[in-house]
Amino acid sequence: MHPVTTYHYLVLSAALLVIGTIGVLTRRNIVVILMSIELILNAVNVNLIAFSNQLQSLNGQVFAIFVITDAAAEAAVGLGILIALFRNKETVNADEVDILKW
Amino acid sequence: MLDTILFYLFGLLAVGGGLLTITRRSPVHSAIWLITSLLGVAGLYLLQRAEFLAGVQVILYIGGIMVLFLFVIMLVNLEQVAGERRFSGQKWIALACVGALVIQAVWFITEGAERFVLAAPSPFGVAGGGEALGNTEQVSRLLFSQYLLPFELASILLLVAIVGAVVMAKRRI
Repeated sequence: MHPVTTYHYLVLSAALLVIGTIGVLTRRNIVVILMSIELILNAVNVNLIAFSNQLQSLNGQVFAIFVITDAAAEAAVGLGILIALFRNKETVNADEVDILKW
Repeated sequence: MLDTILFYLFGLLAVGGGLLTITRRSPVHSAIWLITSLLGVAGLYLLQRAEFLAGVQVILYIGGIMVLFLFVIMLVNLEQVAGERRFSGQKWIALACVGALVIQAVWFITEGAERFVLAAPSPFGVAGGGEALGNTEQVSRLLFSQYLLPFELASILLLVAIVGAVVMAKRRI
């Protein structure tokens, strides 16, 4: 078996990014879209951690902490918007919220 | 050897959980599979000697954010969602765009692998300036010295997010 290198982590991170992007672009349920965004942010973190270990520098880990902070803020505000949306339009589907074509 | 096995195990958890997250019909199932995926990523952090981040991932992501997700899923009614289409009408266009993204990522990774030395990570973790400090101590030293201003800005961001979430979710201010 080959030893695991940063290269493997990059491939895995790219796979997570692609899965998250597919989720964001194709799903209708806004909750699942927000979850896919979390997947994308995790792909970023895997990349940061892999390069942090590769370059023997802790800066990547600190940046990963900031990314997690952003993910928490994004989830809180996004879910708040979702609740407001559900209260007003009774839907959680992204393609029914084309409010410009009322 | 053990590292390799664990990498593939956690990688399978992360990618498989992610795939199931975006394909399950019920949002609750998606959330459970996303938790699996996040656990796999936490294991990858451990393999890369980021122990503090692995803890943060489990406590904050799985314990905090995913519980928030599950609360909101319970709050918006599920019965209506269960019988509907999962994917939007633009899915074929979207998949074509993602195909372009895949080609780009593969190209960058294969091209970049030759120009940048991607060696095996050192088994001793990040060197701590001669002192035998743990990962958490090293991260906190960096966070409170070099990254003090971004750290405080992150706290302001969280405050804004709290206020924003309350304003959004409240019926009447």
